[in-house]
Amino acid sequence: MTTAMNVPPTIDVTGTARIPFARLFRVELRKSADTRAGRWLIGVTAGLSLLAEVIFLIVAANHTPQDVPAKFGDFVAVSAFISSVLLPVLGIMLVTSEWSQRTAMTTFALEPKRMRIILAKMLAGTALTLFVVVFALFVGLVCNALLGVLRTGGADWTFGWSGFFGFLITQTLAMLGGFALACLLLNTPAAIVVFFAYKWVLPVLFFWGSSLMNWFDRLSPWLNFQAAQGPLYEMPLSGKEWGQLLVSGFVWLVVPLAIGLWRIRRAEVK
Amino acid sequence: MIKVEGLTRAYGSFLAVDDISFECKPGTVTGFLGPNGAGKTTTMRVMVGLTPPTRGEVTIGGLHYRDIPNPGRHVGVLLDASAQHAGRTGREVLEIGARTMGLESARIEEMLELVSLDPREAKRRVRNYSLGMRQRLGIAHALLGDPSVLILDEPANGLDPAGIRWMRGLLQGYAERGGTVLLSSHLLHEVEQIADEMILIGNGRIVARGTREELLLGATGGVATTLVTSLDNHALSQALTERGLVAHPAGGGLRVTAEPVEVGRVAADRQIVLTDLRAGNEGGLEDLFLELTADTQREGHPQTTMTSEVSA
Repeated sequence: MTTAMNVPPTIDVTGTARIPFARLFRVELRKSADTRAGRWLIGVTAGLSLLAEVIFLIVAANHTPQDVPAKFGDFVAVSAFISSVLLPVLGIMLVTSEWSQRTAMTTFALEPKRMRIILAKMLAGTALTLFVVVFALFVGLVCNALLGVLRTGGADWTFGWSGFFGFLITQTLAMLGGFALACLLLNTPAAIVVFFAYKWVLPVLFFWGSSLMNWFDRLSPWLNFQAAQGPLYEMPLSGKEWGQLLVSGFVWLVVPLAIGLWRIRRAEVK
Repeated sequence: MIKVEGLTRAYGSFLAVDDISFECKPGTVTGFLGPNGAGKTTTMRVMVGLTPPTRGEVTIGGLHYRDIPNPGRHVGVLLDASAQHAGRTGREVLEIGARTMGLESARIEEMLELVSLDPREAKRRVRNYSLGMRQRLGIAHALLGDPSVLILDEPANGLDPAGIRWMRGLLQGYAERGGTVLLSSHLLHEVEQIADEMILIGNGRIVARGTREELLLGATGGVATTLVTSLDNHALSQALTERGLVAHPAGGGLRVTAEPVEVGRVAADRQIVLTDLRAGNEGGLEDLFLELTADTQREGHPQTTMTSEVSA
């Protein structure tokens, strides 16, 4: 108690550096896989990709001569369908698990600059997407090579860089779509439901709207983010296609993310 | 070290924390006492930047929490021991904290040992932890970065009596080495033996503050009381009255409005054998605590507050 009087009531922070961003990124990457739920999600995404491609291989190996022969790009497409369903869930869980498990309290107490944490999470999600994409390409490669052995006439390696970047970009956008909704809603079930409504219900509504209303038919390509991503597999995009991608991406990705980030920045973390 | 100035946090028209100010000094343990919902947690959450204040501010060592670089190295925080991912192991919770703060993993073992979580328990998932184990893990997490300030919300909640004694020793030792401790509780007995200073809060306002002795003196209006039992209470009562002291029967003995030494002196003069003699305000702090917080609740009577809070 006597010492108390001699200690100035300040803390010396001159020797303390702020947490480097690379460290936050590595910690967020670790957090995505250090629970059973996280490991299962990544494992199931990779496992289902593998399973779907193997089934596709069996079907393709037994094709009749009239069928169009399968090529490398088809294997990738099979895998892309699976991961486009599960990567958004991964993007969602990165954000919402902090709220549902209430670990956000600890996370933001250790790094009060909340946007740094969110950015680290977004990059961790991108890194995991890259992992899934590379894994899917590798499995596709092996399957296609096997198909070449099983079938007379060898493998068809039609795919190209355009397909690769298309695959990588659409998968990253799918993950970020989930991520943006998660930031906006901060609730796992709500974010998942809204994401799949957006993914599967909305295109149907767009289709109806376009066929019923002439003005909507002209407008919808600028709002339909999923349709606008189609041309990414066939680079280069025309100016109009870029425009539609950017405008619809702004509506479905940038706007929810911006509102979500604003919300997280101000939110009371309970 | 911790400085709270004019802090107010409103939720709509409800004031969870209403213009409170206090300071916690290095080398001391400050007890933050009040019933549930009095505003303790809200105040602590504002301290570490999880809740934005409506008015006023909190500084720690002269800085706002968000301006402290790598804050875990300076301020240890435990706000809710249950707010941990149920699917992570106890060790992994510390591992994440240590990695974020940039600490050696040897520090994790040290902390696990300090809070007596053995390696087998550390490998279990937090889901399977008792509340007491979660508190120990939370205290380990708060101490991980070797901070000079500790902010602990209800750390004794869920600890068994031996655990509470252990925590008392831990925090007193920490303060003796120059650390600043703020801990909250809704139970007086958890705090009164650890805290150098106590701050009593009710309905978002500070209703009393001071050391244990200061509060006790305040509780009896600045007058000491003594509880005494003798072989002849009747004779003692008469003797005390003759000396101008007020004595009333209380239980098997007497309650006297005087210091124990005066009562002892009277008994010695009259050669009355005492079987028990002690300061009578022991229960006073508990009474004071209940009375002060009940007062604030009575103030919160619907008819009075409705109008006063709307106008405020």
